[in-house]
Amino acid sequence: MALEFKEILETIKMVQMQNLDIRTVTMGISLRDCAHPDINIVCQKIEKKILHYAHNLKETVEAVEKEIGIPIVNKRISVTPISIVADSVEAEDYTPIAQTLDKLAHQVGVDFLGGFSALVQKGFTKGDLRLINSLPQALASTKRVCASVNVASTKAGINMDAVKLMSQVIKETAQLTKDSDGIGCAKLVVFCNVPEDNPFMAGAFHGVTEPEVVINVGVSGPGVVRAVLEKHKNANITEIAELIKQTAFKITRMGEMAGQMVSQRLGIPFGIVDLSLAPTPAPGDSIANILEEIGLERCGTHGTTACLAMLNDAVKKGGSMAASNVGGLSGAFIPVSEDAGMIAAAELGALTLDKLEAMTCVCSVGLDMIAIPGDTPMETIGGIIADEMAIGMINNKTTAVRLIPAPGKKIGDQVEFGGLLGHAPIMSVHPFSSAKFINRGGKIPAPIHALRN
Amino acid sequence: MKELTQEEKMLGLKEPNALGQEVSRAVISVLGEDRVGIIAAISQVLAEQKANIAQINQNILEGLFAMIMIVEMNKVADDFDQFKQAVESKGPELGVKVTVQSENVFRYMHRI
Repeated sequence: MALEFKEILETIKMVQMQNLDIRTVTMGISLRDCAHPDINIVCQKIEKKILHYAHNLKETVEAVEKEIGIPIVNKRISVTPISIVADSVEAEDYTPIAQTLDKLAHQVGVDFLGGFSALVQKGFTKGDLRLINSLPQALASTKRVCASVNVASTKAGINMDAVKLMSQVIKETAQLTKDSDGIGCAKLVVFCNVPEDNPFMAGAFHGVTEPEVVINVGVSGPGVVRAVLEKHKNANITEIAELIKQTAFKITRMGEMAGQMVSQRLGIPFGIVDLSLAPTPAPGDSIANILEEIGLERCGTHGTTACLAMLNDAVKKGGSMAASNVGGLSGAFIPVSEDAGMIAAAELGALTLDKLEAMTCVCSVGLDMIAIPGDTPMETIGGIIADEMAIGMINNKTTAVRLIPAPGKKIGDQVEFGGLLGHAPIMSVHPFSSAKFINRGGKIPAPIHALRN
Repeated sequence: MKELTQEEKMLGLKEPNALGQEVSRAVISVLGEDRVGIIAAISQVLAEQKANIAQINQNILEGLFAMIMIVEMNKVADDFDQFKQAVESKGPELGVKVTVQSENVFRYMHRI
């Protein structure tokens, strides 16, 4: 059937006026064959492997981008969790591996490389502990390396020792990168039920059940959804859900096509499309603005959780029809500093940490890119992480925490990260202590899932 | 090019296809302020590039000049990038925004 004028124009408007883009093409590479007791040999093996598969990733993606005329904003790489790759390394400090990864990311022209990671929901190996202890230095001495640690899952419960350790790591990382508002913490995520095929940073890694090498895609497009809703001022919520579904289909379809093209040209299998609605700090490219368009004066007020639940579900319904394989985090993201509408709502006091926590119960990921006062006690950060992990564990979903305790900053101040990471007001945390709870250590046992309520 | 081994096939690897699917038809969109000679100028560069115009549609939408052409690419030199640059570079001269995209983009988005 011939294309209609208005269909072509709709697509062109999405790109030129509503910020439609493909957020990331991420190549997952297994490094399981790079183990060796000598850390220098591990680094050499990693270099050889990454260059073998990714040397022409950038130019291939750029050629596809030109042909389809839709921006593909980022090229990225995810690798096997380094704690596994480095488990047999004799050295205590894994920072040299992070530095090698950073150098390689630069060399092949990807903006981030994820996988300086460990999965410790049920306990630590020696390698896991060494990796976690290396995190502050590794993040402070690299620019493009992203790290994540999974500390909880529905099947294993919450590793409270890991929660405490990660709170200390977050504080130390902020301190080591204090000259840039603690930006090291923007590259570090603490997860519950982490997906192993996520193409988005900072939480991407190439899981152990993934193939040798794979291409995954993450899409974007909050601006497109908002523009559609703007045109239907009097639609009821059923109609709005339907409109979002249709729009999500179209957005996701572009990700599917780009992924297929890159996969075909590189001869590397296509993995998944992450059905995401990922905001950027650009005006209009905001999840908060979509919720406000639906009818909230400001994101964060009463009704926000309900609107977000509907939005998130509609995105998944429309997107899953558009993609052959779906995975990753799949849902609407609510990173505060990366979303102009969220920033505005937080500055007005409409959006608080507590409301964000409620919102994470019904959408993708969690407490993301939230700046808190630099003097927040370690145990308070631990309490925030534990709460968020509990939501993921009980509700059988992925949740995550990416907090920035900005050194020297207090309520009323701003942090500025620049680029896609944006800027954010410092948000307040509860002043009452969680210290005794966090310092107890141990584990929260896995929940029963037969008696659901 | 060397044959893939059985092991490589099991890993899901394929022969890399540098060009991917060839672009057989492209959509050229022109958006901007209306003025004399836009269609003529674009048609001229298409003729130079040996691209055949299959469909042309022009309208004024919300005060904006909008023209969309679907062109057959089979006689165009196989370099899509070069074709795209040649056509899009007409935009600044005419004071409009010219975009060249593979037709597949629109089919993928609007047809199941």
